[in-house]
Amino acid sequence: MSAHRRAIAGAVFLMSLTGVGMLALPVAMDWHNVQDLESAVRHPPSWTPVMAPGRFLSPRDQSSHKELVWRLAHRPVSWFGHDDLGRSLFYRLVLGFLISLAIGIGSAALAVGIGTSWGAVAAYAGGRTDLILMRIVDVLYGLPYTLVAILLEIALSGPLTVLMGEDSKAAQIVILFLAIGGVSWPTMARVVRGQVLSLRHQPFVEAARALGAGPLHILRRHLLPNLVGTIVVYASLVVPQAILQESFLSFLGIGIQQPLPSLGRLAADGVHAVNTFVSFWWLLVFPCGMLGLTLLALNFIGDGLRDALDPKSSAGLLS
Amino acid sequence: MTGRLLRRLLLGIVTIAGVYTLTFVMVISVPGNPLQQSERNMPPEVEQALKARYRMDNNWIYFGQFLKGAVRLDFGPAFTYADWTCNQILMHSLPVSLVIGLLAILIAVGVGVPAGVLGAVYRNSWLDGAVLGVVLLGISLPTFVTGSVLLTVFAVYLRLLPVGGWGTLAHLPLPCVTLALPYAAYIARLTRMSMLDVLGSDFIRTAVAKGLPRRVVIGRHAMKVAFLPVVSFLGPATAQAMTGSFVVEKVFGVPGLGQHFVNAALNRDAGLILSTVLVFSSLLVVFNLVVDLLYAWLDPRMVDAL
Repeated sequence: MSAHRRAIAGAVFLMSLTGVGMLALPVAMDWHNVQDLESAVRHPPSWTPVMAPGRFLSPRDQSSHKELVWRLAHRPVSWFGHDDLGRSLFYRLVLGFLISLAIGIGSAALAVGIGTSWGAVAAYAGGRTDLILMRIVDVLYGLPYTLVAILLEIALSGPLTVLMGEDSKAAQIVILFLAIGGVSWPTMARVVRGQVLSLRHQPFVEAARALGAGPLHILRRHLLPNLVGTIVVYASLVVPQAILQESFLSFLGIGIQQPLPSLGRLAADGVHAVNTFVSFWWLLVFPCGMLGLTLLALNFIGDGLRDALDPKSSAGLLS
Repeated sequence: MTGRLLRRLLLGIVTIAGVYTLTFVMVISVPGNPLQQSERNMPPEVEQALKARYRMDNNWIYFGQFLKGAVRLDFGPAFTYADWTCNQILMHSLPVSLVIGLLAILIAVGVGVPAGVLGAVYRNSWLDGAVLGVVLLGISLPTFVTGSVLLTVFAVYLRLLPVGGWGTLAHLPLPCVTLALPYAAYIARLTRMSMLDVLGSDFIRTAVAKGLPRRVVIGRHAMKVAFLPVVSFLGPATAQAMTGSFVVEKVFGVPGLGQHFVNAALNRDAGLILSTVLVFSSLLVVFNLVVDLLYAWLDPRMVDAL
């Protein structure tokens, strides 16, 4: 299978999962934390729902339309089994997938924003500015990644929870992608700087300058369009890295906090749930399978994009 | 050559100084530290005495004091471990991590480079597919999952190796392999890509046209060039692997340095954070120098670029 086909397969896989996830999001938001400590504690996967039906019927669900939605949504509740509080792993996975993807894309966007402007300014300004900016990047490379991510997260969680409300669910996600994106941008800065350095003396840039264009205009209108390919390729590789980084933070216990799930959080919980006496295999296999497939698809997309957009590498990493 | 290396070394020292300053600024600006917990309700005199004991009465004095100690390799007391100095903690945990990290990198190179070469030489064959499969396994599962699975299979079901701990040779394979897996995957990717580039170049065509056996062309001519990107990846990777991995240490119960990076940061233990960061960035500078030397040896044209 060529890289091109793999990238398409990855994109189709991710898009269909996201589509299904978005459709199921309202239900997942309602149900990801519904516990059933009587009948469903660590219940293995089964086709038919094992949770007591009355549990989900709140008064607003009584109308016939809501009743239908509820019947449909109740069907997959036990497909992937239940966790130690009797919560449906299916709906936790749906929500966890969307949260992980949001953190990945948010981090990549942040890394692109900081990295591109940092690298472009350094290369275009040149001289002392370049020297200082790139020295700072060197220093950031010399810092251990995990330490900075942890310290950033601790530093950000205070002001952001004040800003967005004490129990705001969005605040956690924002903190995580700010912390992960905040440590992922130096590579981006180096790559963009290299590209701008090779572009800035090209005839079309000199022509623009000769016509009286200012540096900002040249950066925005002439240099950035030429960088789009590189930026997209690197951004697509930051997304899986960020998701993996979040799973590491979740393993430490400072990632997404209960009751919210992320794929990494669920995988880390699954690792803790596996023991030699009783095997709760579904708590490990489904989250890890989901995490693995998501990262795989994202890597396929990244490699396909590199093949398509980066003219210099004749062969993609995985082609 | 020596002059250039000296300049590199000097730049490295400047970078370490920058890393130290930046870490220090981060540590004092992140809220909370072990000496000022309000719920303890300490009398101000006690708090003052505590701060004096840990040389923390004034941030910038501490900055200088710690630096003065660090130059003489004395990192002072650890804030959250009673009766342990940072030196003692490093002495106990750094050798463990150095051993695991070095072995992991050797495994990663030993597996990753041949895998990448095979993938490139037999492009699009079943062998290439198998290499791809292993690579994907390495990059798409977090270490805590691969480690736990290896542990369950080899220690719990097959009972071939101990479940965890440290001290005998039997304790080595599982943590080293777990740590090596992501590096091996990345190295295989990198080798395959650069090998494909090299195999298409003119000097390889010449070597083949001269009638050299395929083994010699690939092993002697192509390898030397294809190995260059791997070498530059190995500098930072070795420094990272040798300073320990929290996940591997947690899963296998290994007393390494990685846990101290994380715990120091979580506890805001200024002394331990600064010492671990200094160890990491010094190793990084050293290995980047080694990489430069290796580059000059592998590719004489690069001597000028140093």
